[in-house]
Amino acid sequence: MDVLIVFLPLVGAILAGFLGKLLGDRGAQVVTCGPLLIAAVLSVIVFFDVALGGNARVTELFTWIDSGSFELSWALRVDTLTAVMFCVVTIVSAIVHVYSVGYMAEDKSIPRFQAYLSLFTFFMLMLVSSDNLVQMFFGWEGVGLASYLLIGFWYEKPSANAAAIKAFLVNRVGDVGFALGIAGVFLLFGAVGYDQIFGAVPDQAETVVEVFGIEWHALTVLCLLLFLGAMGKSAQLGLHTWLPDAMEGPTPVSALIHAATMVTAGVFMVCRLSPIFEYAPDALTVVTIVGASTAFFAATVGLTQTDIKRVIAYSTCSQLGYMFFAAGVSAYSAAMFHLMTHAFFKALLFLGAGAVIHAMHHEQDMRNMGGLWRKIPVTYALMWIGSLALVGFGIPGLGIGFAGFYSKDMVLETAYAAHSAAGSYAYWLGIVAAFMTAFYSFRLLFLTFHGKTRADHHTFEHAHEAPRVMIWPLFVLAAGAVLAGAVFYGPFVGEGREAFWGESLLVLHDIIEEAHHVPFWVKALPMLVTLAGIALAWLMYVQSPGLAPKAASGLRPLYLFSFRKWYFDELYDRIFVRPAIYLGRGLWTTGDGAVIDGIGPNGVAAAARQIAQRASRLQSGYVYHYAFAMLIGVVVLVSWYLFSTL
Amino acid sequence: MSSWPLLSLVTFLPLVGAGFILLVRGDEAVVARNARYVALWTSLITFVLSLFVWFGFETGTAAFQFVEKATWIESFGVSYHLGVDGISMPFVLLSTLLTPLCVLASWKMETRVKEYMIAFLVLETLMVGTFCALDFVVFYMFFEGVLIPMFLIIGIWGGPRRVYSAFKFFLFTLAGSILMLLAILAIYIDGGTTDIPTLIAEINLDRELQLWLWLAFFASFAVKIPMWPVHTWLPDAHVEAPTAGSVILAGVLLKMGGYGFLRFSLPMLPEATQFFTPLVFALSVVAIVYTSLVALVQTDMKKLIAYSSVAHMGFVTVGIFTLTQQGLEGAIFQMLSHGIVSAALFLVVGVVYDRLHTREIERYGGLASTMPRYALVFMVFMLASVGLPGTSGFVGEFLVIVGAFQVNTWVALLTASGMVLGAAYMLWLYRKTIFGALTKPDLKALGDLELREKLVFAPLVALAIFFGVYPKPLLDIMAPSVENLIESYELALKAAEAPSLALLLP
Repeated sequence: MDVLIVFLPLVGAILAGFLGKLLGDRGAQVVTCGPLLIAAVLSVIVFFDVALGGNARVTELFTWIDSGSFELSWALRVDTLTAVMFCVVTIVSAIVHVYSVGYMAEDKSIPRFQAYLSLFTFFMLMLVSSDNLVQMFFGWEGVGLASYLLIGFWYEKPSANAAAIKAFLVNRVGDVGFALGIAGVFLLFGAVGYDQIFGAVPDQAETVVEVFGIEWHALTVLCLLLFLGAMGKSAQLGLHTWLPDAMEGPTPVSALIHAATMVTAGVFMVCRLSPIFEYAPDALTVVTIVGASTAFFAATVGLTQTDIKRVIAYSTCSQLGYMFFAAGVSAYSAAMFHLMTHAFFKALLFLGAGAVIHAMHHEQDMRNMGGLWRKIPVTYALMWIGSLALVGFGIPGLGIGFAGFYSKDMVLETAYAAHSAAGSYAYWLGIVAAFMTAFYSFRLLFLTFHGKTRADHHTFEHAHEAPRVMIWPLFVLAAGAVLAGAVFYGPFVGEGREAFWGESLLVLHDIIEEAHHVPFWVKALPMLVTLAGIALAWLMYVQSPGLAPKAASGLRPLYLFSFRKWYFDELYDRIFVRPAIYLGRGLWTTGDGAVIDGIGPNGVAAAARQIAQRASRLQSGYVYHYAFAMLIGVVVLVSWYLFSTL
Repeated sequence: MSSWPLLSLVTFLPLVGAGFILLVRGDEAVVARNARYVALWTSLITFVLSLFVWFGFETGTAAFQFVEKATWIESFGVSYHLGVDGISMPFVLLSTLLTPLCVLASWKMETRVKEYMIAFLVLETLMVGTFCALDFVVFYMFFEGVLIPMFLIIGIWGGPRRVYSAFKFFLFTLAGSILMLLAILAIYIDGGTTDIPTLIAEINLDRELQLWLWLAFFASFAVKIPMWPVHTWLPDAHVEAPTAGSVILAGVLLKMGGYGFLRFSLPMLPEATQFFTPLVFALSVVAIVYTSLVALVQTDMKKLIAYSSVAHMGFVTVGIFTLTQQGLEGAIFQMLSHGIVSAALFLVVGVVYDRLHTREIERYGGLASTMPRYALVFMVFMLASVGLPGTSGFVGEFLVIVGAFQVNTWVALLTASGMVLGAAYMLWLYRKTIFGALTKPDLKALGDLELREKLVFAPLVALAIFFGVYPKPLLDIMAPSVENLIESYELALKAAEAPSLALLLP
């Protein structure tokens, strides 16, 4: 069954990809949606079997690489962690597949699109069911490839191409860390399979290694290298620049890859490797700080963006930060909980935004929207649900609320309960970010749906609700966004957590338990700031719309700083891109051309020609020249003879 | 089968085919057609014969197999000695596989077809001979002989600057090989034989001499691979060479350098190898970063791929000199994978060059719309070149990084940086040619791959993916030989230390 789940999407991808012309658009949709729906059903069955039944297992397929002691197989490891990811990935993916049938209806390359989606799903499932680090890397790079293909799906658009390459390259930077991390793991443990590594971690807890000429605590440096990979994939501060640009891809892609699944791979990785990270507290501190900083940073940028998808993209970035700092304080189950709920409501928001964009004929700029709620009431309602889930709306104390309420509060509580400097840093930044999250989420709602429309008359009049094939999948997600928190609170982070997670997570110090006993104000504060954020958004965009431009011009430097995304792109362009081109050109013309060839072959050739020319000048053709030369020769010979006999 | 001189057959059959072509007489068109078919069939049969070597090869031993030995020049102890082990055998297959594909790829070649096909068949004999030879004299003849047909292929059938490039290629390589000849003579004088297996097992030179000989070998192999800074002949040669010439050049000829290190420098000159390892690491790392950056700004498709070859071969030299199981196997695997992938990339360029007669990247764009199959094939090789897991490129690159990390983390880091830069220039190339809007009028009329081209690409695509998902067969073949190499290297180093310690003790 595990094999079926993983390989069904691949079958769909191959069928749609290679027989696309034969099958036609509808056929390609059927052969990709069908396997995905089956896989989703099977995943749920596996979830019951493995996560609730405690039936974790490994299915070995065949040997992959066997070089000396470096040996590993293709294998599927299904435990609770994987089962959860199976469900998230296949369900969201199946929904996105079906949704795409409607969204992409007018596109001319439907088979290709569906094939890419299925291919992505295959790689993602490979990633989450890997049994060793190298197979994870396979899935890891594979999803990167699929993401590259899908971002650049509309390949006629230069901006889409640029975004696709950027995504691949920025991810690659992280992947170098990942690859070196794997090499380091092999050096330290002599293996790359999880079981062998995890079994040997406690023995290596004190080992010190020399890496890059400095003595390091071995596990810390390994975890940091691996975490670099996670940062790339999950768009954490510094390596986040690709995610907003990735919005150039079709919206279903953004929902699937850049919200619900691929970008959470980094969080998954840290959780999967919790047995190593637990023994590297310094690395965990770094994870916490990076996560919290990203949560804060991305939220500030989200405040001012005008593209509806980019707002949601930065929100994703920010929420991933929450997950990381939860993992950083050892609350892996809380991180996974937030990952799961986030998948539902963020996919809902993206697909909802897709429905808006669809209604507006591919208009994405919120400055050209407004007043749409009368036109597309169902989408409007769904976006409300998504936003309420995102801001974590609920009633503290009673414990009733949307999915995000349970998971985000849990994350914040664990950060507080860590009682460490990094934990407090994460908690307070998390609170500030929660305020901003509420603000930008409702800013988005108000700008898009409320007030007077700023769209041109024609577009507004023709705005229409999306077809059923796009709306129905959203109801499933909406159900998840409302209920997932309440239903899964118990097994994920509540009383049943130990039985539920089994051996798939390792926690040395149970932070969740402490998080359940934090003071009431810690639990209530997130809700308070959220309400404040919503109120502010209402004030600025509904009550007195003139306020927003005033604030923007009043705080211009701050506004620009946020609007220009803290100038990361400009900075990277200056530091990396342009020097690389400049260097390349210099090395080519000066290094290869002038120096190596100049001194080497061309220089030698020129020298040889010069010598030959000089030599040829000797052959003047005048007899007396030759006679003179002969005379000198005779003189030299004779004198040499005389001197040597003396 | 053991009684058959299989290796001699594989080696010299192409030469027989060349002889046949030489005999063909008549009308020019008829001659051309016959030459093509004879060349194709000869190389195909050779390939089939070489499959017997592959399947008859016994894994699990480091010994030379299919050995043939006959006395040749008795007074100097030179013998005609052939044989393959786990390191050389895959290269024989690589050579025999690429030759028929080259013939097929140059099916539309119109000028001097007869001579062209003869050149390729002779080239095949020499390539296979180089990897099979187990006697220094035999090896040197094959190794040097390769220069001649290649020189002609570039010089006669090449592009506008073909003469400059051909001479540059010839002189660079020749300058290196002369030093190697001196080294071979020195080894002969010291060891009293030119038999390679005997020398590997028994030779024991003093350190001083080893250092000099190592440098002499290095001069030859470094040019061949090529390593920075003696790489500049490669881009020129590639740009001017006809497509099939580039394929052989990148696919097989470059590997001879790496093979030379494995066969001679490491086993015969262990102390010198240890001494010079930092130098090799330094040059390789420079090569990876430097040529990747240079590749990034190229405007000519072939030049870009040529520079990428230098960078990829940098991985190989790093891997070889880590002298770890993973590093060495990674290096060999990378050579084989590169033999498939870069050869295929040159063929990919050849496809559009045949149609449009330009290699300027700027002249292309948006080919995905008119040539979807071509775009797919290009993508597979582009990704294999980038080293995406699941393609053959990944296995080699990754094993090299694993090997390098065990020896020196800085080297590993800088080597790994090639992963990012490699992705940068390949994706950029792909974007500029395949993606984008189709605006140039002459591109709109381009036809997709035809049957012949599909036949050329099919085996390469299959191999690039198969060995990415299931590299075990290849790794199994090379493992015992590599183990043996490392073991004897370490033994030799220990033995070298022992006497010097003995001197210190009273």
